[in-house]
Amino acid sequence: MTAQMRPAMAVCPGCVAAPSEVPEQAPSEARLALSLPTIHCQACISTVERGLNAHPGIHSARVNLTLKRALIEADPDLRAADLIPVLEGLGFEAHELDLASLAATQSDRAGRDLLMRLAVAGFASMNVMLLSISVWSGASDATRDMFHWISAAIAFPAVIFAGKPFFTNAWSALRVGRLNMDVPIVLALALALITSLWETSLSGEHAYFDAALTLTFFLLAGRYLDYRTRAVARSAAEELAALEVPRALRMQDGVPVEVPVADLALNDLILVRPGGRMPVDGCITEGQSELDRSLLTGETLPVFVEPGAQVSAGEVNLTGPLVVRAEAVGEDTSLHRMADLVAIAESGRSRYTSLADRAAKLYAPGVHILSALAFVGWYLYTFDLRMALNIAAAVLIITCPCALGLAVPAVTTAASGRLFKRGMLIKDSTALERLAEVDTVVFDKTGTLTAGTPQLENLDDFSHADLALALALAQGSAHPLSQALTGAAQAVGVDPAAISALQEHPGYGTEGLFQGRQVRLGRAGWLGAEQGGQTAAWLDRGDGTAPRAFLFHDALRPGAAQAVAQLQAAGKEVLLMSGDTNAAVADLATRLGIKTWQGEALPKDKATRIQALSDQGHRVLMVGDGLNDTAALTAAHVSISPASALDAARVASDIVLLGQDLEPIAEACVLARKATRRIRENFRIATLYNVVAVPLAIAGFATPLIAALAMSTSSITVSLNALRLK
Amino acid sequence: MSVLAYLIPISLLLGGGALVAFIYTVRSNQYDDPEGDSRRILSEEWDDHPKP
Repeated sequence: MTAQMRPAMAVCPGCVAAPSEVPEQAPSEARLALSLPTIHCQACISTVERGLNAHPGIHSARVNLTLKRALIEADPDLRAADLIPVLEGLGFEAHELDLASLAATQSDRAGRDLLMRLAVAGFASMNVMLLSISVWSGASDATRDMFHWISAAIAFPAVIFAGKPFFTNAWSALRVGRLNMDVPIVLALALALITSLWETSLSGEHAYFDAALTLTFFLLAGRYLDYRTRAVARSAAEELAALEVPRALRMQDGVPVEVPVADLALNDLILVRPGGRMPVDGCITEGQSELDRSLLTGETLPVFVEPGAQVSAGEVNLTGPLVVRAEAVGEDTSLHRMADLVAIAESGRSRYTSLADRAAKLYAPGVHILSALAFVGWYLYTFDLRMALNIAAAVLIITCPCALGLAVPAVTTAASGRLFKRGMLIKDSTALERLAEVDTVVFDKTGTLTAGTPQLENLDDFSHADLALALALAQGSAHPLSQALTGAAQAVGVDPAAISALQEHPGYGTEGLFQGRQVRLGRAGWLGAEQGGQTAAWLDRGDGTAPRAFLFHDALRPGAAQAVAQLQAAGKEVLLMSGDTNAAVADLATRLGIKTWQGEALPKDKATRIQALSDQGHRVLMVGDGLNDTAALTAAHVSISPASALDAARVASDIVLLGQDLEPIAEACVLARKATRRIRENFRIATLYNVVAVPLAIAGFATPLIAALAMSTSSITVSLNALRLK
Repeated sequence: MSVLAYLIPISLLLGGGALVAFIYTVRSNQYDDPEGDSRRILSEEWDDHPKP
């Protein structure tokens, strides 16, 4: 899933070799969770469960295919790192998940609560509808009264239990002197129940018990859909966070011991292996290596570090093991301070009022006035309180926002489901509506448009012999440049030269002996060459000639070119802003055909530029992944970040791109427009039903049968219209 | 019409029974993995005797 995460995972089996700590008063059973992104069928479930259950120490293992996860109960000393190789042996990719970050999804209390209320409303409305239909089809006198009384006995407790979410919402809005969609709902429910009870006690003809229950049922269905959409997004977002298990290796008496990051204290010595991320701010005491700072600053060139150098949390160690003395931990790290700044910044989404809220603002006062007018008018006309109240209740019930309550959630559920299949996770409920308005797109460079993996540029400049030499040296190192060189050389069919005494100097390069000569591949300074502006690895052939450079550029993310082209074709302005050098940014801009770009941008510059664009009336979509983008992501109208982004950036963005491919972005913009159009259509359908039914209600012709028909037809039409989005 | 004396309690009982059954399925986590459950039915693993 993420290039940055993989190395850290690959290192994990190494932890097994390290003596593990004594479990502190451990319970007899530990729970582990593994993410299995590649499982998809019955055979996979059986293989994984059989494989895990056969492993010593595991009490029980169960696969959840919906979440693509395995939950394991095992002996407390069993580590997830022991199980990952087992699963990889079976042919499944596996990553450890941090159970603490997953806790929220496991006890989905709110979802269950809603589902339970939905069920009660559903079953009660079925029973009451059965009785109501008998009344409508001709039951009279004592039979009708008995049916009404039974309906009342079912409806009162059911509505009081099932309607609780509406009561609490309406109350919290009224307490601060505001109106929301729930106020007319509660008023309609209460009025319907009370007038119907009164009618029943007077042996009246019309009772709206069935309407009150179906109303609750449809509205709860809308709420539940809305909740599910957000719950799916939240659990996927949590899983991304849980993939980064917060553990570090602390040196204790010269031995590294695995501890949770939260337990690290000032002046602890921490071992960071190649591929690992710095857990703290600190100072290097041992080792030499190169650091990838791209997530914090956007620069692509790795930085050379040695004892005495300062490091910040979030930087990725590339080549040699480093020992770091912690100078700031947890909340005090620069990573956290920067992430906190984002929380303070004014967010684009807080300024946005959703379509549903705008509709409610028009709608809620409207129906109250209408029903009050109907009541006053009929009372003055007939001086019959009972009749006036009945008509007022009928108006409220018929105008009740059943379809309105379904109009938005039904569409967003359908759209989010479709985008989720294409690898996009909609985190915010209004993100789609905001995405539909976008006219300007700002991209970050490193890690967003580019994959963060180097690509060899000048392979053809080298002779076969040189390549063979370079390949042999490159194979001795796990450095990203060496791996890119290895891949490129092997792709053209070069065999490595025979080299002896191969040795890696972390932070510098590799050297070896070739036909008695000393040959080296590494950074410019080590070989005595001039460092240029471009990422390069230098090859010294040991024959007295000057070292030559292998030049690299950052590989484009798949779909980047298409996404930019499609967005431009759709008439959107595309901008590129990066913290990297001007030369690198200009090069990428020309490659992708982006006209406006800005290099060496500080985090503040990005946010200011986006603010300026918004002030000019543009709606900006920001796509970025680094900590330096978070302020810009928050300031933008809507924001997208790839799954490989830092946690802080993912939290700040509205949509997370799960795959490597960028192409879905353009598609999402199109789909968002379609979805907004459907939402507006749904509003229109709902209004149309009201325009037909309200005059009937005001004129006093509405019967419970007409109310039930109008309500169900409009709700069903709205849901069907939403499904057309597929 | 005396048949109503039987039919109404029966319909209420059936509705209530279904509600109780539904609440039981929610409480016992039966909706946690709909995808997996629909596939597990294809497994031959516990066809001959139930899982101990």
